[in-house]
Amino acid sequence: MKPTSKLNRFWGMLLLAACITLSMGTLAWSDSDKWNEGGSKNKSEGGKAGSWGQTTGVAVVTNKLYAAECSACHFAYQPGFLPERSWVKIMGSLGDHFGENAKLDEPTRVSIENYLRGHAADHLPNRFSTSFLRSIKADASPLRISETGYFIRKHDEIPARMVRDNPKVRSFANCASCHGGAEKGSFDEDAVRIPGFASWED
Amino acid sequence: MKHLWLIPMLLLAGGAQAAEAVVQAQIAQYEQQGAKGADAARGMAAWNEQHMQANMQKMVSCATCHGSNLSLAGEHVRTAKRIEPMAPSVNPERLTDPAKIEKWFGRNCEWTIGRDCTAQEKADFLAFIQSK
Repeated sequence: MKPTSKLNRFWGMLLLAACITLSMGTLAWSDSDKWNEGGSKNKSEGGKAGSWGQTTGVAVVTNKLYAAECSACHFAYQPGFLPERSWVKIMGSLGDHFGENAKLDEPTRVSIENYLRGHAADHLPNRFSTSFLRSIKADASPLRISETGYFIRKHDEIPARMVRDNPKVRSFANCASCHGGAEKGSFDEDAVRIPGFASWED
Repeated sequence: MKHLWLIPMLLLAGGAQAAEAVVQAQIAQYEQQGAKGADAARGMAAWNEQHMQANMQKMVSCATCHGSNLSLAGEHVRTAKRIEPMAPSVNPERLTDPAKIEKWFGRNCEWTIGRDCTAQEKADFLAFIQSK
């Protein structure tokens, strides 16, 4: 065998190794697509299946009792934003609900807690929910969605004047003030409109 | 056709009547729990009475969020959420659901006064709100 063909074989093996490495990597990337099979009906969820894009859809609120009781005071946060342990903690301390008294009669409380637990981030096959879940430490039970690492990362470029000091928003708790599709479970960055500010760009 | 305007008027009156029947039944219940009658003037005084709110570290009353004029919408002191007017004359939905009345007494008495309201206080509040 001539030295040149030996060299060619070396380069060939290297190319093959590179190809295998890349394809394994791609497999790992697309692995997370299994979260789409359980099927969020939301359009923005899974719409970019197979691409590296982020999904920004969460399963909508389906429980009428939860929607009625909780949205009497605030946005009805989709249960898929927090793990079950967080919802248990929240529903077990309604007497001091972020400084407010939000007590419910016991049958109503139990019914809503069961709904939230069953649809929590750790029980939903949803990529967006999984992003939140992964950003929460295993031993932590955050009470606020805005305390999760994923939320903080996604909002870290928004200055206080646009939210806290913005009289039309006032708090990150008011999702629907800027996310027009929030109630439908859609939190696409491109659809964000901050009241009082012409447009928000990265 | 020219009496069509009567329809909304009747609906409004129907709402107010619904509230009246509910309030009477509630007050009867409070009387069984020890209340002696229901006094709108006493209710109004209690509505505006100031109490120390532990979490807020400031003085609050019912009017802090609902306002003193029950015909106008209020605003939540912390979240700034709009609170629809309490007066049944402008908001016929008010005082028509006993469970809702009890739920909000339960929450708001504790938050505002720092304890449950007595049957007497509830009766007076209902008489006051109903009169608006």
